Amino acid sequence: MTTEPILTARGLVKRYGRVTALNSADFDLYPGEILAVIGDNGAGKSSLIKAISGAVTPDDGEILLEGKPVQFKSPMEARAAGIETVYQNLALSPALSIADNMFLGREIRKPGILGSWFRMLDRAAMEKRAREKLTELGLMTIQNIGQAVETLSGGQRQGVAVARAAAFGSRVVIMDEPTAALGVKESRRVLELILDVKRRGLPIVLISHNMPHVFEVADRIHIHRLGRRLTVINPKEYSMSDAVAFMTGAKAPPEAAAIAA
Amino acid sequence: MRFSVLKTSVFGAAVAALASFAAPASAADVGACLITKTDTNPFFVKMKEGATAKAKELGVTLKTYAGKIDGDTESQVAAIESCIADGAKGILITASDTKGIVPTIKKARDAGILVIALDTPLEPADAADATFATDNLLAGKLIGQWAAATLGDKAKDAKVAFLDLTPSQPTVDVLRDQGFMIGFGIDPKDANKIGDEDDPRIVGHDITNGNEEGGRKAMENLLQKDPSINVVHTINEPAAAGAYEALKAVGMEKNVLIVSVDGGCPGVKNVEGGVIGATSQQYPLLMASLGVEAIKKFADSGEKPKPTEGKSFVDTGVALVTDKPASGVESIDVKTGLAKCWG
Amino acid sequence: MTDASADARRPQEFEKVLTGADTAVADFDTHTRSTLEKIQHFLHSNPAAVPLIVLVASVLVFGLIIGGKFFSAFSMTLILQQVAITGVIGAAQTLVILTAGIDLSVGAIMVLSSVVMGQFAFRYGLPPSIAILCGFAVGALCGWINGALVAYMKLPPFIVTLGMWQIVLASNFLYSANETIRAQDIETQAPILQFFGNNFRMGNAVFTYGVVAMVLLVAILWYVLNHTAWGRHVYAIGDDPDAAELSGVRVTRMLLSVYVLSGLICALGGWLLIGRIGSVSPTAGQFANIESITAVVIGGISLFGGRGSILGMLFGALIVGVFSLGLRLIGTDPQWTYLLIGVLIISAVAIDQWIRKVAG
Repeated sequence: MTTEPILTARGLVKRYGRVTALNSADFDLYPGEILAVIGDNGAGKSSLIKAISGAVTPDDGEILLEGKPVQFKSPMEARAAGIETVYQNLALSPALSIADNMFLGREIRKPGILGSWFRMLDRAAMEKRAREKLTELGLMTIQNIGQAVETLSGGQRQGVAVARAAAFGSRVVIMDEPTAALGVKESRRVLELILDVKRRGLPIVLISHNMPHVFEVADRIHIHRLGRRLTVINPKEYSMSDAVAFMTGAKAPPEAAAIAA
Repeated sequence: MRFSVLKTSVFGAAVAALASFAAPASAADVGACLITKTDTNPFFVKMKEGATAKAKELGVTLKTYAGKIDGDTESQVAAIESCIADGAKGILITASDTKGIVPTIKKARDAGILVIALDTPLEPADAADATFATDNLLAGKLIGQWAAATLGDKAKDAKVAFLDLTPSQPTVDVLRDQGFMIGFGIDPKDANKIGDEDDPRIVGHDITNGNEEGGRKAMENLLQKDPSINVVHTINEPAAAGAYEALKAVGMEKNVLIVSVDGGCPGVKNVEGGVIGATSQQYPLLMASLGVEAIKKFADSGEKPKPTEGKSFVDTGVALVTDKPASGVESIDVKTGLAKCWG
Repeated sequence: MTDASADARRPQEFEKVLTGADTAVADFDTHTRSTLEKIQHFLHSNPAAVPLIVLVASVLVFGLIIGGKFFSAFSMTLILQQVAITGVIGAAQTLVILTAGIDLSVGAIMVLSSVVMGQFAFRYGLPPSIAILCGFAVGALCGWINGALVAYMKLPPFIVTLGMWQIVLASNFLYSANETIRAQDIETQAPILQFFGNNFRMGNAVFTYGVVAMVLLVAILWYVLNHTAWGRHVYAIGDDPDAAELSGVRVTRMLLSVYVLSGLICALGGWLLIGRIGSVSPTAGQFANIESITAVVIGGISLFGGRGSILGMLFGALIVGVFSLGLRLIGTDPQWTYLLIGVLIISAVAIDQWIRKVAG
């Protein structure tokens, strides 16, 4: 691949007491791709994701966004830089409406005095944009945008969280186990959503345990093992059982493929 | 880091507090305890003042205890136990729970300690060796008589509101309320019960919790029931002050006679200012100093105090304070009252 | 690995049947609801409806039983006067409870603030308006301590405010020496302290400035909670603080601001209290914390946070006011008021639980 990676990490180290969660880990994400990150439990993939989404600050190593070094002290800083994360627990407020949730922490205020002095929210504008986003992603069967999120099904909630990330993620969208809590039908819908987001040109980092899902949507698969990147494989060239074998250490990875892009 | 200052100062304050608790008491022959309901009410503050002064004069070592709030019996029980362990000769107590405290009092008396109930009689009253208190029935009678005498002929058409203490009708509440009726000329029926009367002059009874807020609310409620009220009996002076605010809000403060019981300084000043017509003053300082004297006497000679002639307790006196004396009712003027007031 | 790559771009074998399945995953609410479910949904989206219905019903019932003495402009505005302080303190309590906290120190902060306002003017001779500002400063400081302990040291609000309740109340008694400042002295020397006791009449209706202040405060907070980002963040924090944090709400800062605002509102309550009772009394307001929590709970605001409307709190306070005046006019033993309020509290929480099942 000739293009430069959009998000790069080199030599990330994170220790929790005597446990080393990240042991000089590397990471590369290219524009427009879906990169799946897989790894056994405790391999350090969630620490890796937390480091690039700003939820933890690595002890050592560097992160480059479009070639420029960045240091995120909080998820908010990562968001400001255009990296949006869909958390496994979705980070939605159940009692708030769909629109309120999508704009939580970055509300739009009314223009003029109402907004600057009375700090009044521009509900109409937020609902309009929320509706647009949901429509773009084919989710507009949700009719009432003012409805509380807790009245939605699991898949619909996932849809709202993805729509929020897609609406604001200008550079990267990270999705942590988006299908873990869903049924068969809803999982399928969410996978289509992920492909929709990709079609709109946003690169996606997908963390998942579900091999069939990973192999279905990913362009490349980053295999994490023992706190570092073991290898990156092309799902067209390897089977699921190969991936599992690499991941668990049952089989050595092909050296040449380690930097394949 | 950011809160280390806060932590340090909290810790420092705690150490200082502990240090002050730990100040050793010098040993003396006669030890006495004063246990009050709270140590915030000016009435008990005055009591403590009287006891402390008298104890110093007589060379008695006085330790004082108090509940955290009115009704806090646990703290009072613990205080009595401390006094027993301390080898005190006598205990002065204003009990929060006049029935519930009795078994603990018995333990103290069994240990040879003289127990004197101050202000509030125990139930039964003879659970203590003696009771030093205000004659609350008399206190009520005095203000009742004064109100009747002040109204003159109009007393028979009066509309009277009763602002009482709490729904549980504690003794002091009943005595003052029923005493007022007797003094005013209302048949109290059962003098141990509030609310069984049928005199049409009674507009109603409501509770105030003995504070301004409760006094105002109770007055408002009773005014709704009958706006022609012209006499108000109040359990104490804060309740009277609250009632006055309610009357003032509807422009009736000039036409209504408010009477009260206590004799605290703000209350007596309110008599001076015309808010309260008359109040029956009681003497907590005297109660406590007489109590300390009795303990000293008991320690020296083993003699226990005897009740006032014709009464079941030692009457520490009550006086009607008003600047508008009524014929046939003995009273002292505000100036005299202010000199003797507490709080 | 050709077999794998061939399959990779297609739905999994077992999912093929889905093409025939209902594709309307994101549809909802299309099934017909029973009347009961409709009511449940209505109440879910209008949390202040239940207390409003109870309020209207209780006014009607007492009006029918008692008649004109109760059902008059004067009586109705009297109830407003009697609940004004509970309404103000309840507003402070609402903010804290919406963040899934609880504030047991509200009444104590109110009393300490009123004592500071009075004593600073009378003991130190400060101009009364400056003394009032000092009272507000003390209220804000108490709130700040609560907020700092809850937000930064992550201590449970119940414990923090239980401790602060004692500390503030003790400071109040130590500082004031339980000295009451009489209404007449305030009237002549610092009438601004009694500002909220002034009133105006419209026919038989009497409105004290305190009532106006309470209604305005609730209206402003309603606006803030529903139409500003700050307000939505209060709800989000009470709902799920972790989710709020991840969505970009600055949770610690928000919590601190909520407690400080609550302290300031309590100080306002202290000022109203002086207007109401005329004097500055260190023993006033002993039960304001319980009364405010009662108003909040009857008002349908969830103690678990994130749900309910501040208007519900106002209705809750008014319900208590209607019951106590109504029952007094009927002439029942005051204990009946407490008993019925107890029943209301438990019913309110039961209804809250039922409404929340909408989400399940």
